[in-house]
Amino acid sequence: MSQTDLTDPLTVKIAPHILRRLAKLGFEHPWRMGLAAVSILAASFFGLMIPKLLGAGVDQASELLKAGASHAGEARMALLRTGALILGAGLMRGLLTASFGYNSETVSQQVGAKLRRAYFAKLQELSFEFHDRIHSGDLITRGMLDLEGARQFIDQGMLRVLMLTLMITASIVMLLTTDFYMGLLALSFVPYAAWRATTMGANFRRVWLVLQQRMSNLTRTMEENLQGIRVVRAFASHDYELQKFDEMATETLRAQRMRIKTFVTAMTMITLAYYTSLGLVLLIGSRHVQAGTMTVGRLTEFLAYMTVLVGPLRMTGMVMNSWARASSCGARLFEILDLEPRIKDKAGAHPLVISGGASLKFDHVTFGYVPGKPVLHDISFEVKPGQTLGVVGPPGSGKTTIANLIPRFYDVDRGAVSIAGQDVRDVTLESLRRIVGVVQQEAFLFDASVTSNVSYSDPLAEEERVIEAATTAHIHDYVTGLPMGYDSKLGERGVSLSGGQRQRMSIARGVVPGPGVMVFDDSTAAIDAATEQRLRRALQAATRDKATVIIAQRLGSLMHADEIIVLDKGCIVERGTHPQLVKTGGMYARLFELQSRSGAETDENARGDVA
Amino acid sequence: MMGGGGGFGGGRGGGPGGAFGGADDADAVFGTGEKSGLVRRFAAFVAPYKTRFLWVIVSVVVATLTAISIPITIRDAVNSAVNAPGSRPLELVLMMFAGIVLANAAGSFLQQSLSARLAQQVIFDLRRAMFAHLQDVSLSFMDKTHVGRVMSRLQGDVNALQEFMENAVQAVGDLILLIGIVVVLIAMNWQLGLLTITVIPLLATVQAIWVRHARVIFLKARDASSATNAALAENINGIRTVQESRREDVNFDHYAARVQHNFDAQVAAVRISQVMIPTVELLTGFAMAIVIVVGGEKVLGRSIDIGVMVAYIFYVQRFFDPIRTLAMQYTMAQRAMTAGARIFEVLDAPVQLKDKPGAIPLGDDVAPSIVFDHVTFGYKEGQPVLKDINIDVKPGQTVALVGPTGSGKTSIASLTKRFYDVWQGSVKIGGRDVRDVTLDSLGKTIAMVLQEPFLFTGTVMENIRYASGASDADVIAAAKAVRAHEFIETLPQGYGTMMGQRGNNLSLGQRQLVSFARALVADPKILILDEATASIDSFTEQDIQRALKVLFRDRTSLVIAHRLATVRDADKIVVLQQGRIIEQGAHDELIALGGLYAHLYTSNYSSFDDVQPQDEAGATPPQFASTQT
Repeated sequence: MSQTDLTDPLTVKIAPHILRRLAKLGFEHPWRMGLAAVSILAASFFGLMIPKLLGAGVDQASELLKAGASHAGEARMALLRTGALILGAGLMRGLLTASFGYNSETVSQQVGAKLRRAYFAKLQELSFEFHDRIHSGDLITRGMLDLEGARQFIDQGMLRVLMLTLMITASIVMLLTTDFYMGLLALSFVPYAAWRATTMGANFRRVWLVLQQRMSNLTRTMEENLQGIRVVRAFASHDYELQKFDEMATETLRAQRMRIKTFVTAMTMITLAYYTSLGLVLLIGSRHVQAGTMTVGRLTEFLAYMTVLVGPLRMTGMVMNSWARASSCGARLFEILDLEPRIKDKAGAHPLVISGGASLKFDHVTFGYVPGKPVLHDISFEVKPGQTLGVVGPPGSGKTTIANLIPRFYDVDRGAVSIAGQDVRDVTLESLRRIVGVVQQEAFLFDASVTSNVSYSDPLAEEERVIEAATTAHIHDYVTGLPMGYDSKLGERGVSLSGGQRQRMSIARGVVPGPGVMVFDDSTAAIDAATEQRLRRALQAATRDKATVIIAQRLGSLMHADEIIVLDKGCIVERGTHPQLVKTGGMYARLFELQSRSGAETDENARGDVA
Repeated sequence: MMGGGGGFGGGRGGGPGGAFGGADDADAVFGTGEKSGLVRRFAAFVAPYKTRFLWVIVSVVVATLTAISIPITIRDAVNSAVNAPGSRPLELVLMMFAGIVLANAAGSFLQQSLSARLAQQVIFDLRRAMFAHLQDVSLSFMDKTHVGRVMSRLQGDVNALQEFMENAVQAVGDLILLIGIVVVLIAMNWQLGLLTITVIPLLATVQAIWVRHARVIFLKARDASSATNAALAENINGIRTVQESRREDVNFDHYAARVQHNFDAQVAAVRISQVMIPTVELLTGFAMAIVIVVGGEKVLGRSIDIGVMVAYIFYVQRFFDPIRTLAMQYTMAQRAMTAGARIFEVLDAPVQLKDKPGAIPLGDDVAPSIVFDHVTFGYKEGQPVLKDINIDVKPGQTVALVGPTGSGKTSIASLTKRFYDVWQGSVKIGGRDVRDVTLDSLGKTIAMVLQEPFLFTGTVMENIRYASGASDADVIAAAKAVRAHEFIETLPQGYGTMMGQRGNNLSLGQRQLVSFARALVADPKILILDEATASIDSFTEQDIQRALKVLFRDRTSLVIAHRLATVRDADKIVVLQQGRIIEQGAHDELIALGGLYAHLYTSNYSSFDDVQPQDEAGATPPQFASTQT
C-alpha cells in the first residue's frame, strides 16, 4: 500500500524550509510584525539602559561617599534623576514588552487561524483514497497539537530570536567597549553556550518527533479501546488492553524523559558556564577595584550587564524548544497541506449539464485501490434516466467500488464513467456531486438535530422539504413519536436508533428531488423486507427522473430493476432482467433459490402481504 | 520550565483532548466537579514516590537557598574589593562563590529533572488508573458517554495537570525565593528593606483584581479553542458524508466563523495577559529607584555599605520573577483544580459490577448451560425491559432469540455475560449464579460477536488473534472455517495487511467475517451472536451457516437474529415481545402452535425488525397473548 509516507513521520525530512515557510506566513502581516519587532528592540534597548543607570547610581552614591557632605545636594539631585530615569526606563520597557507580546501573539494567532482554515479546507478536498489510509485520530492530532506547535513559532521562536540577538549583541558590545579584556572574560562562556544550545536544538527535534508520534499512538490506542468497548468487554480482554496501553504509555514516558534530560542537562551546563564567567569577572574585577584601576560602579555595571544575559540565556532554551517543536510540528502539518488531492477539477472543467435527463454509463472501466490489484475489470453498463440498475455479488466483489466511482470519489484506471455523455473527469466536482446522490451502507449521523441531519446536503431546505424527505424514507412517523420530534438529537450520544432506522435516516438525507443519478449502496440491508417494499415504492416515485443504481444483497431490493448485473471478483459474470437471470440458472438463480427458500424475501410475496 | 513556557497559560487553549469534546459543561454523566478532598486524593498518587518527592523538595531548597546566596557573595566580593570594614578576604569570598554556584547547579539540575520525571510518573499512573478504571466501569455508564469527551479527560485534563505539576515544584522554589529575598533585604538593612517591599502588597492587590477578570477571559479562550477542535474532529469523522452531501462550502463557512471566534477569544486573552507586564515592570522600576535614591542617601549617611546597595540591586531584579511566576502558577493551579476534579470524576464513575468477596472462577470443567430464572431487568428504574424471563439452555444447544426491536433480545445477551445485574431472579451458567463467579472467568467462558464489526489498528493476524494468544496456524484455521481466508489472501500483504479504522477497504461483510474468526479463535464455551449476520449477504451467509454449525457444535450458542431464515435450525427459538417471552420451542413446534412466529413466518415477514405495536399503516401484526410452550 502506498501509505508508508504518512504513517511514519520519522521519515519526514526536517528541513529549515519548514521554519522559513512559517516565518513567511508571519510576514503576511508586515505591520504587526514590524510593530512587534520595533517594540521588542526598543524594549531591549530600555532593558539595557537599566544596568547603565544602576551603575551610574552606584557610582553617584560612591562619589557621595567619597566627597562627604560637601556636594550632598548636587549628588542627591543626581540620585533622584537616576531614580526617575530608572522608573521611566522600567515603564517604557514594560509598555514595549507588552506591545511586543500583544502584537506577536496576535500575528501568531492570525497565522494559526489561517493554518486552521487551510487545514480544514484541505481535508475536505482530499479524496477518499487519502481518508482510507490515514486514521482520523492522526488527522485530529495534527490539526490540533501540531498546528498549535507550529503557530507558536511566530511569537516564541521567531520574534524572540530578535530580542535574543539584540540583547546578546548589545551586551557584547557594551561589555567589550566598557572594558575590552574584562568584556572578553565576561563573554567567555558564550561560545560554549552557543554550541550547547545548537546541539540541544538538534536533539530536541529528534525528541519531539518521537514524542509526537508516541503521543499520537497512545491517543489512538485509548480512543480505539473506548470506541470498541463492547468488543473489549465481549472478549474479556481487560488484561490484554491494559498491556497494550502500558506499552504505549511507557514508550511515551520514555520519550518524555528523553525530552527532560535533553533540556535540563543542556540548560544546567549553560548556566554553569555562565556562572564561571561571572566568577572570573568578580575575581579579576575585584582585583582591579582593589588596585584602583576600576571603579566599583563600573564593576556593578559589568555585573549588571551579566545579569541582563541571564534572561536571554534562559530564553535560549525556550527558543530552541520552540524551533525544534515548530519544525517537527510544521513538517507534520505541511505534509498534509502540501498534498495534491488526487481527485480535483481539471483545467477547463465545465459544470455537468443534464438538460435531457442524466444517463449513467460505465465504459470498459477497470479500477483498483492499489496499483496492480484491480478490483473491477472491464465493467460496462448504461442506465437511462428513469431506469434502475441492480448490482449483486459476494462481499469484496466490487459493488461498493462501483458506487464510489460514480460521484468520482476515486478515478478509474482505464475506461470511463460518464453522466449525460460527459466524462466525470471533465466536469466540476461540485456540479457532479450535486447531481449524484449516494446513500452509503454505513450511515454516519452528526451530533445534531434530526432536521439538521436530514437537510445536511441542503441546509437551507424548508421544513416541508425535510418532512417530505423523512416521509419518503418512512422515518417521519418514528421521528414525530420522539419526545423532541424533529429537534431530537442524533449522533453518538443522541437517540439510539436501530440499524434500520439509521439507514432510513440516511436515505432521507441522501435522496434529493429532481433529475440526476441516485446510488443506494446496500443502504436497506438492515431494514426488513416488508418495510423495504413500502420504502421502495416511495423511493421509486421520488427517483422517477433519475438513473438509479441499487446495490443490495437481498434480491427483493433489486429484482424490479431494468437490468441486473452480477459481480464476482470484480467482473460481470451475469447480466439481464430478473426473469432472464433466473432462467439462465447461474449464480443469480442459485441465490434467488436460496433466498426464496425461506419463503420470506421475494418481492411478489411481500407485496401480496402488504397490499 | 519548558512546555508550559511562555505567557500566562490560560490563553493557549487546547491540550490534545480539548479537541475531542465540545463545551465541557455538557458532560452531565460525570457529576459536577466536586473539588473537596482533591488534594488529599491527589496526594495518594504521589505517596508511592515519597522518597523521590523528598529528594525533589531537598533539591528545591538547595537550589533556592544557593540562588539567594549568590548576590550575597557578590556583595562580599564588592565589599572586599573596596576594603569595606569587616569584609572577608577576596579569595575566600570567591571560593565560597564557586562552591555556591556548583551547589546551585547541582540543586537546580536535580530539582528540574527529578520534579519533571516525578510529574511524568504520577501522570502516567493517573492516566493508567483512569484507563484501567474505564475497563471496569459498567457498560450502562459507558453507553451514556461520548468517546470524545472521555478522551478529553484522558488527554486534555491529564495534560493540564501535568503542566501544572512540572511547574508546581518551581512554585515552591519561587515562594522560598521570595521569602528568602525579603528576609535578606530586611536583614541587610531593615529600613531600606521594608521600603522596598512596600511594592509587594501593591502588586498583590493589582494581581488579585486582574486575576478575577483574566480567569473569565482565559476560560472563554479555552472553550473557544475546544469548540473549534471539536468541530474539526467531527468533520474529519464524517468526511465521507460531507463530501457526498457536497457540504464542503457550508461546513467551511461554519468552521471559519468558529476559527474567527476562537481568534478573537485568544487575542482577548493575550491582551489581558499583557496588561500585567507594564504594571510589574513599573513596580520593579519603582523598587529600583527606591534603592538608588534612598539607598544612596543611606550610603551617604554611612548606614549601609556600597556593597549592600549593589546586592540590593541584584535582589530587586530577581524579586519580581517569583511574583510573576507565582501569578502564572495561580491561573495554572485554577485550571489544574478543574482538571483534577474532572479526572477524579472518571475514577469515581460507578463500577456497579464487581466480583463479590469469595467469588470463584468458573472452571474449565463447568458444563455450559444457561438458565434464566424469573429474571426481571431494566436500564431505568421503573421501566423494566425484561419481565419474568425463564429460559433453559442445555449445554451444546443453539438457542435463537427473535422479536421486534426493543423486545429485549440484546438485554438477554448482555445479562448472560453479566454486563448488567438483574433486578429480580437470577442468571446461571453451569448451575452457578453469574454474580457468584469472577467476571474474568465469566468473560473467558462467553464470547460475543456484535452487529458492528469493530477492528483495531493492527494486522489482520493481530485482529483475529486479539487477546487469545493463539498461534498463527490457529488464526488461519479459524479464518478458513469462517470463509475469511480466501479474501484475506488476496489482500496486499495477506494476513500481515494493516487494518485501519475502516478496515482498509474491506467491505462490511468482510469485516464481519474477520470478527467471526476472532470469536472462533477465542474458543469460548458459550458463544453469543448479536445480529452478527445482518451485514452478510446471502452468498456468504450460506457459507457462514455451515461454518456456524461447526462453530456451534461443541458449544452453547445464543443467536440473536432478525432474519427468520437464520434461526430456523436452532434447537430452540425464543420469541420475545415487549420484554416477555411469548413463545418458545423448536421451529416446527412454533409453526404448529400458530402464534406470532408462525404468523410472521407464514405471512412472509423476513424479520421482526420493525414489528412494533405503533408500526405504520397496515403492517401491524396482531398482538398475541402469551402462549408459552
